[in-house]
Amino acid sequence: MSGHSVTEPSNRQKWISGLLVITYAVITIMPLLWIIATGFKSPEDAISYPPKVVFEPSVEGYVNLFTARTRVTPSMEETLPPPDTWYEQIARESGTVIVGPSRYGQRFLNSVIIGFGSTFLSIFFGTLAAYAFSRFRVPIKDDLLFFILSTRMMPPIAVAIPIFLMFRQLGLNDTHLGMILLYTAVNLSLSVWLLKGFIDEIPLEYEEAALIDGYTRFQAFYKVVLPQAATGIASTAIFCLIFAWNEYAFAVLLTSGTAQTAPPFIPTIIGVGGKDWPAVAAGATLFLIPVMIFTILLRKHLLRGITFGAVRK
Amino acid sequence: MAQIIIKNLRKDFGDFTAVKASSFTIEDGEFFMLLGPSGCGKTTTLRMIAGLEFPTSGEIYIDGEEVSKKRASQRDIAFVFQMFALYPHMNVRQNISYPLKSQGMPKAQIKAKVAEVARVLGIEDILSKPVGGLSGGDRQRVALGRAIVREPKAFMMDEPLGALDAEFREHMSKELRALHDRIGATTVYVTHDQLEAMQMGDKIVVMNHGSVEQFGVPQQIYDWPATMFVAEFIGSPSMNFLHFNGEVAKGDTQVSFNDQSFDIPEQLQAATGDLAFGVRPEHVSLDETNPYKGEVSAVEYLGTTQIVTIDSANGVLKARVSSAQAVSVGQNVGLAFNPRTISIFDTSSGMALLSEANKGVLDHG
Ligand SMILES: Nc1ncnc2c1ncn2[C@@H]1O[C@H](COP(=O)(O)OP(=O)(O)OP(=O)(O)O)[C@@H](O)[C@H]1O
Ligand SMILES: [Mg+2]
Repeated sequence: MSGHSVTEPSNRQKWISGLLVITYAVITIMPLLWIIATGFKSPEDAISYPPKVVFEPSVEGYVNLFTARTRVTPSMEETLPPPDTWYEQIARESGTVIVGPSRYGQRFLNSVIIGFGSTFLSIFFGTLAAYAFSRFRVPIKDDLLFFILSTRMMPPIAVAIPIFLMFRQLGLNDTHLGMILLYTAVNLSLSVWLLKGFIDEIPLEYEEAALIDGYTRFQAFYKVVLPQAATGIASTAIFCLIFAWNEYAFAVLLTSGTAQTAPPFIPTIIGVGGKDWPAVAAGATLFLIPVMIFTILLRKHLLRGITFGAVRK
Repeated sequence: MAQIIIKNLRKDFGDFTAVKASSFTIEDGEFFMLLGPSGCGKTTTLRMIAGLEFPTSGEIYIDGEEVSKKRASQRDIAFVFQMFALYPHMNVRQNISYPLKSQGMPKAQIKAKVAEVARVLGIEDILSKPVGGLSGGDRQRVALGRAIVREPKAFMMDEPLGALDAEFREHMSKELRALHDRIGATTVYVTHDQLEAMQMGDKIVVMNHGSVEQFGVPQQIYDWPATMFVAEFIGSPSMNFLHFNGEVAKGDTQVSFNDQSFDIPEQLQAATGDLAFGVRPEHVSLDETNPYKGEVSAVEYLGTTQIVTIDSANGVLKARVSSAQAVSVGQNVGLAFNPRTISIFDTSSGMALLSEANKGVLDHG
């Protein structure tokens, strides 16, 4: 295409918008890059002032993240046998010996179980509820939908104390099940509303065609509606996962050991003699990866999903 | 293949009655048209027959079995939707085989059936294409394929040509009718296009405001409309009404208004008050010698015929006459009406009065 058209932006407009997007991207990605970089710094470089942009990379932060260490005096160190692994070697260089694995791996696993578990449940119940709200004559439907939405109108943490007491009564404190249920409850309003929007957009005729073709209502839902709602389900799942994955306040309040997730754990990583910033940064970096993978896997759907069907049809 | 009987079928949506006490019979193998203006309840009636909507009251018999409480999947009826409703996440072959899969038919048999249907419809070359990019006509054919593949008892089609452009419609309607003649399955076809209904249907039911106005073969409905609504809805231009205040008695073979008398078929029903003398445009002739006069207000040339609009003392009427006849606007013409095809209507009820000529058509309905 050459020349000017009404709908095609001019070169100048493209330039300016490109610049704006890039500026925004740089601003948002800076802290992220800084965290990633800090993970590869030595503890001294991490807190040096002025901050170092160029530094000698080290994996000490990662070693410290995954291990528990104890300080040894140089004289004691000489009595030890030579280190037999590369990470033992790194620990020795900073005057420590590894005494075992840290709890990061286990906290990370807790995050995975709770995050994906609650996402699965939010989507499962959300899809069923949204389908029912979309397709059936539910008594007081509008009131119910409003009630569901209203659970989102105050910050969830406002009910932290009652939930804390309730959980203690039910023995759900510091359990995976408790956290999964809690995050599911918080996410359900979002998933019901988002998914209802998506399902509303799927013409009724497809299900009716399936009913006519000899399938039951459930088969029609499962085989015809669900595949077409995939886009909506994927984007809703990402929103639910991101919330559950990053949630901090409830996790601090309700978990301390067995079921503690990574967000409350990462800031408590203490090195030998002060905060171990590279280890904290390494923990945060690794923590980003699952959500990133999940988002990238569902990216194709997400792009169509967050435009809410504007692209469809 | 099946006969379908509808008895006193009614459907309420809340306070609104979409279909009121409809009754008609669709014979085995018939191509049956449900005709009526928008919103008259055609789709609702069709959906009740198919089982997509449950009637508020009334009965539906398919092959002698009362099915009104049965689910759609148990009625063995195929439905072609107006927008086709092809499953968008499946390709053409999967779409057509989907109804067979639900019956648990073996794969090899499904394959053979789909191939056969594809051959009948001439869509063998697009079987592995996704349905998204298909043209309107091909979508139509795939939708038909999905319907005929499982050899159901009957087909329901809700304005299946409505989504196609005018030119292609014509072609598809012929194709559809030819397909019907080949497989001979009972078909119920919804349309609001009276011409389509007349051309394609073995029988027509005309609906208005949720009620059945008349049902019968196209020619009977055209010649002997049961109500003024049917008379106006069918035919283009529609039937002329000459309104008059008068009376007809049983056995009358003439009716008079405006100091003239006109021959009519022998009446079997008496009426007085506001009446209408109904005559089709092609049964009006322009005849200078006739004492009943009117003034030509418009002439529309259609090739071999022309439509002449005439102002008369009893209202405007249109005549379809040969183009060979010279007529000009402003001319005063005498009018004659072919007495064989006249219907007299009672304007207050809108019903045609029974006569020796229309009793055969109107008595059964
Ligand atoms: N589910 C429903 N709830 C409430 N009213 C309905 C419903 N379905 C149909 N109606 C109403 O019933 C009436 C008949 O509808 P129907 O779809 O049967 O008409 P139709 O003859 O098929 O018209 P069209 O030619 O426009 O398709 C309409 O006034 C419509 O608004
Ligand atoms: Mg309709």
